[in-house]
Amino acid sequence: MEGPMRADAKVCSEGGTESSPRGPGCSLRHFACEQNLLSRPDGSASFLQGDTSVLAGVYGPAEVKVSKEIFNKATLEVILRPKIGLPGVAEKSRERLIRNTCEAVVLGALHPRTSITVVLQVVSDAGSLLACCLNAACMALVDAGVPMRALFCGVTCALDSDGTLVLDPTVKQEKEARAVLTFALDSVERKLLMSTTKGLYSDAELQQCLAAAQAASQHVFRFYRESLQRRYSKS
Amino acid sequence: MAAGFKTVEPMEYYRRFLKENCRPDGRELGEFRTTTVNIGSISTADGSALVKLGNTTVVCGVKAEFAAPPSDAPDKGYVVPNVDLPPLCSSRFRSGPPGEEAQVASQFIADVIENSQIIQKEDLCISSGKLAWVLYCDLICLDYDGNILDACTFALLAALKNVQLPEVTINEDTALAEVNLKKKSYLSIRTHPVATSFAVFDDTLLIVDPTGEEEHLATGTLTIVMDEEGRLCCLHKPGGSGLTGAKLQDCMSRAVTRHKEVKKLMDEVINSMKPK
Repeated sequence: MEGPMRADAKVCSEGGTESSPRGPGCSLRHFACEQNLLSRPDGSASFLQGDTSVLAGVYGPAEVKVSKEIFNKATLEVILRPKIGLPGVAEKSRERLIRNTCEAVVLGALHPRTSITVVLQVVSDAGSLLACCLNAACMALVDAGVPMRALFCGVTCALDSDGTLVLDPTVKQEKEARAVLTFALDSVERKLLMSTTKGLYSDAELQQCLAAAQAASQHVFRFYRESLQRRYSKS
Repeated sequence: MAAGFKTVEPMEYYRRFLKENCRPDGRELGEFRTTTVNIGSISTADGSALVKLGNTTVVCGVKAEFAAPPSDAPDKGYVVPNVDLPPLCSSRFRSGPPGEEAQVASQFIADVIENSQIIQKEDLCISSGKLAWVLYCDLICLDYDGNILDACTFALLAALKNVQLPEVTINEDTALAEVNLKKKSYLSIRTHPVATSFAVFDDTLLIVDPTGEEEHLATGTLTIVMDEEGRLCCLHKPGGSGLTGAKLQDCMSRAVTRHKEVKKLMDEVINSMKPK
């Protein structure tokens, strides 16, 4: 019986060992992913980005309530639980963002009149939370074997007052930033699936952040591929 | 005949129109519905506005009350928005606690207020650490026919421009606030954020200002909030089909044009109200 498989990657470290050279501050934190760690959900994953950690569980395709069923595709539901307190309006808003992103990639038409539920639990928040939730949700959907047309990943950029871009910001960097932009990109053509932003920025800065996020997403997708290869090659 | 086809194959029906670069209601792909705005119609509110975007109707009322400023920011007031989608506006909403759509819209409006700095919260402070204004902005949808976010943002902006706050002085002897209702002043609005919403069809086509039916058939939506200097306050794309950078650029240019249209309309209305 295969136990939880761990995969670690230090992507684009401060020393700049792997991959293409990037500008100062344009590096992603250390990430790690563990799959199949929970026994009840059909798929589960824990994604760590630096100190931010999110645990995701996927149930599905499963029975759906008649009031919620859609005749020709699966009903996707996302539940996001914060670390402390009860879920509020901000969580509802994030659930809607994650749900719509998953709906764009999951092939719901293959499982009509069923429900696929993604449950996300925030374990620790040290910046870039929404991006970490998206990554955990994607890994959990893959672990559950839900058919998807592409993988997706979340990348956060922070723009500080003099226009410098920082990818994968920490809580301190997010607070001091002028604008924080979170994007979800798909793996096939690096198209923009979801975007949510905070703060003021110009059109040119948006394009710059989008380009940087697309470059960073390559690393995330490579990490997904490596961690899955490692998992399936051992068993 | 056409009505039957529309019921059975709504997507195909729509595609026939999109091929000719127009929509069932006769609009072009980049055209907005007729926008009308009415300011100051609610006398019991400190500021109000009614916005109609085609059939979509949203009314915004702003009430100002006193409150103690937050302990971590003693020189700031509060702006509290709330979007209500009652069962009156559409058959898909039931009575009871706010549904997901209303919560998402409320969060969106709160983000727009926060990001665009439409009002400096310091302007709302009367006495640092003791008394500040709190503006409760209630947005109620009276008729839901798509594009609720654009209508809400416009209604909020118009209502805030209409708000008049009375002068408040703190009496040193009694330490009580004295309100002078005869002397009122308008709020200082720093920026004018305007929202432009798009719907994505078949992963490729972008149409502006979707109606209720179009939103239902769309594979994705995108809302851009821009201020008068071309800075973006919010790029809200809640999932849906992917977009390339080039398509985003087209949307930006449309948003800039829309901002000019809305600003012109608002200035007309404000000016028509001035000589009282």
